[in-house]
Amino acid sequence: MARRDPKKDVVIIGLGWTGSIAGIELAKEGLDILALERGADRDTVPDFQYPNVADELRYGVRYGFMQKPAKSTVTLRHGQNDTALPMRHLGSFLPGDGVGGAGMHWNGNTWRPQAEELRLKSYVTEEFGADIIPEDMTIQDWGVSYEELEPYFDRFEYMLGISGQAGNLGGKTVPGGNPFEAPRSREFPMKPLQMQLGPRMFRDKAEELGLHPFPMPAAIASESYVNEYGMQLGPCNYCGFCERYGCLNYSKSSPQTCILDALKRYDNFSYRTHCEVLKVELSADGKTATGVTYFDEAAQEEVFQPADLVIMAAYSLHNTHLCLLSGIGKPYDPVKGEGVVGRNYAYQMTGGTKAFFEDVEFNPFVGSGSSAYVIDDYGTNQIDFAAEGFIGGGYIHASQLNGQPIRNLPLPAGVPSWGAGWKKGVKDWYGHSLGVSLHGSNMSYRDCYLDLDPTYTDRHGRPLLRMTFDWKDNDIRMSQFMKEKIERVVEELNPTSFKSSYKDIGARYDIRPYQSTHNVGGTAMGTDPATSVINRYQQSWDVHNVFLLGAGSFPQNLQYNPTGALGGLTYWTLDAIRRDYLSAPGPLV
Amino acid sequence: MLERTLYMSIPTFKLSRRGFMAAGMAGTALVTLAQHPFGHAAVPDLADYVPVFFSANEWTFINAATSRLIPSDGEGPGALEARVPVFIDLQLAGDFGAAADWYMNAPHNPSANPLMGFQSPLPPADIYRQGILYFDDWCKETHGSAFESLDAATQDLALVALEKGDVGLPDNLRDFFALLLQNTKEGYFSDPRYGGNHGMAAWVYIGFPGARASFLEWNDPAMDNVIYPLGPVSISGERA
Repeated sequence: MARRDPKKDVVIIGLGWTGSIAGIELAKEGLDILALERGADRDTVPDFQYPNVADELRYGVRYGFMQKPAKSTVTLRHGQNDTALPMRHLGSFLPGDGVGGAGMHWNGNTWRPQAEELRLKSYVTEEFGADIIPEDMTIQDWGVSYEELEPYFDRFEYMLGISGQAGNLGGKTVPGGNPFEAPRSREFPMKPLQMQLGPRMFRDKAEELGLHPFPMPAAIASESYVNEYGMQLGPCNYCGFCERYGCLNYSKSSPQTCILDALKRYDNFSYRTHCEVLKVELSADGKTATGVTYFDEAAQEEVFQPADLVIMAAYSLHNTHLCLLSGIGKPYDPVKGEGVVGRNYAYQMTGGTKAFFEDVEFNPFVGSGSSAYVIDDYGTNQIDFAAEGFIGGGYIHASQLNGQPIRNLPLPAGVPSWGAGWKKGVKDWYGHSLGVSLHGSNMSYRDCYLDLDPTYTDRHGRPLLRMTFDWKDNDIRMSQFMKEKIERVVEELNPTSFKSSYKDIGARYDIRPYQSTHNVGGTAMGTDPATSVINRYQQSWDVHNVFLLGAGSFPQNLQYNPTGALGGLTYWTLDAIRRDYLSAPGPLV
Repeated sequence: MLERTLYMSIPTFKLSRRGFMAAGMAGTALVTLAQHPFGHAAVPDLADYVPVFFSANEWTFINAATSRLIPSDGEGPGALEARVPVFIDLQLAGDFGAAADWYMNAPHNPSANPLMGFQSPLPPADIYRQGILYFDDWCKETHGSAFESLDAATQDLALVALEKGDVGLPDNLRDFFALLLQNTKEGYFSDPRYGGNHGMAAWVYIGFPGARASFLEWNDPAMDNVIYPLGPVSISGERA
């Protein structure tokens, strides 16, 4: 028998970005809140402090801050007729676990979606005609517009403290920013980060070629900053330990640096770690949630936690998994084309070119996760899909993230992978390369989806989440288009040599190399319950006291990193809950 | 748990003259950083190291194989000078060797499409153990003696065959070479607290400053193309 704890007003599943925002915004309402986090408690001190965190093997290679597949993983297959196999160790994507979630080990690239991306199907139909949409592509509008979300993107960016340069202030183009972005109501909270030689070389060449380079919008402080919750950031020291690490310098925006100390001061908020939610429990009619059942690691027992409101703020894949396990929404059936949970899973199309310069010393260890110049000249809203033969787009960036040698030591073509030639190659080429990379969209398709695996189970005996996913020609064509654009800039930089890596037609999804922790969809938002799990306020269509936060809401992937979009959506939803839902609980649409 | 297994303490050794002198010099330079996990404890010659995971035969193989993957000749340390075999021994004795973080539930399909990633039922420690046996047998059959007794050119040929999957390893060992190469590079470039990268020699060789982690002034365009002048520091405070 599960232990039954006293009822809470709100239970929050997961204490990353979205769970932390939900916690503090609802704590202000005086509600009694419990957040359940499956991983460990974490704070800057002691978990991210110098010098222990500057350890590439432990955190960069052995994934010290990431989800452990022994406790939680997925199975993968390319197509519906294949047998899925488990992801036994991490590779392609790296979900976080523990307080802060993936929001503590990210690079801090923080984007708003384009207005066109939020109404992608309508945009494509209006501009190019519905007949250019491939038969198996299931793209949709999000059900909420850029204009509606702008104040919430703004608030999220000011809460995080983003360093950047606006390119479009209220419709007026600002030099040095992204001229293709949707209008902003005000400047970024902080000036852009300082940039290293490599990104500056790219900027200068891109400008010369008539392109429009601008600094990466960075959740990394370029100066001292205090946010709306009174949390303080200090300026980045460009230590080169961002991605996969917690910040040792209180510079990278994370739940720890931006929210949690303020949130912990609310007596009506508490959180428990090493408590993994197994299931959201529903009332007999299935129309409301009664609470959650979780496994309490310390007590080694299951606990039923009653609650009036359930905020699902786990990583996108886990939100979908919990919906499937709990009976929230109808599971997607790709054969019949019915059901919604697990539908519209999408990923991120990436690729890049490494340029080698024998006479340039880049000092690659000087950097941050967002030290980059970017061009958005080939963004989704800039491409003639009918002429180019694909739907989507991407941004192109030249970054200097870090110079950690186990993972980040690019070698030119012809250098062997071991032996005397490798040994000479690492000396000759360490610090002499510049990467120019694509960060591109990925559309959603009828046969790319998530459901429950029939064979493999987790340590609680629950079926693993099964991912059915492969690359499609549409997105590979986009990647090939970008390759040509990137190689043109790289050739103009006149490197000693360069080496490209992009998906070619026929490429299959490879789960081994790291690509992106931007797994989206599965609990898509929308205006039609037949094709979405949640309404425009991220509220379950079927179970009105369940809200789902995070990138699971995306009906296809943006060309951008997801955090800016999901952060704005989180504030939008919390506003709706505070304004309308708490006084009259029920469907908001 | 992570703490315990990842920094599994490096076994202590008898003090060599060379190690003693290095320790004394480093200690003078770093009087304020006395509180670090391993101090500047002297490290003995590789030959005096007693493996905690590998058997004597396996240890001989690992020394021979890693010294072909990163040879000692030419500029910079080889795998042996960097004590890569010590690193691999400690890794295999710990969580990594046991696949403690990995999902190892059956059923396994080790002959699956490689794009599906690691699918062997065996954790890395067992893959090394069985892989070394198989590969040494193949060396004896094909080249007439165990790997460590072959000349360098033949050793390289044998490693190429292993890398290409041409030595008849069963599928549940097919990741052996990839693991060996990856772990060799890890041992070369990771912080010395894990037993390899001895004296941070691999970092000195390529110019990586280790755990310095503070470079604000190096964004200044005045520093473009200026070679960073400081040697590395380790997490425990050693400098080189």
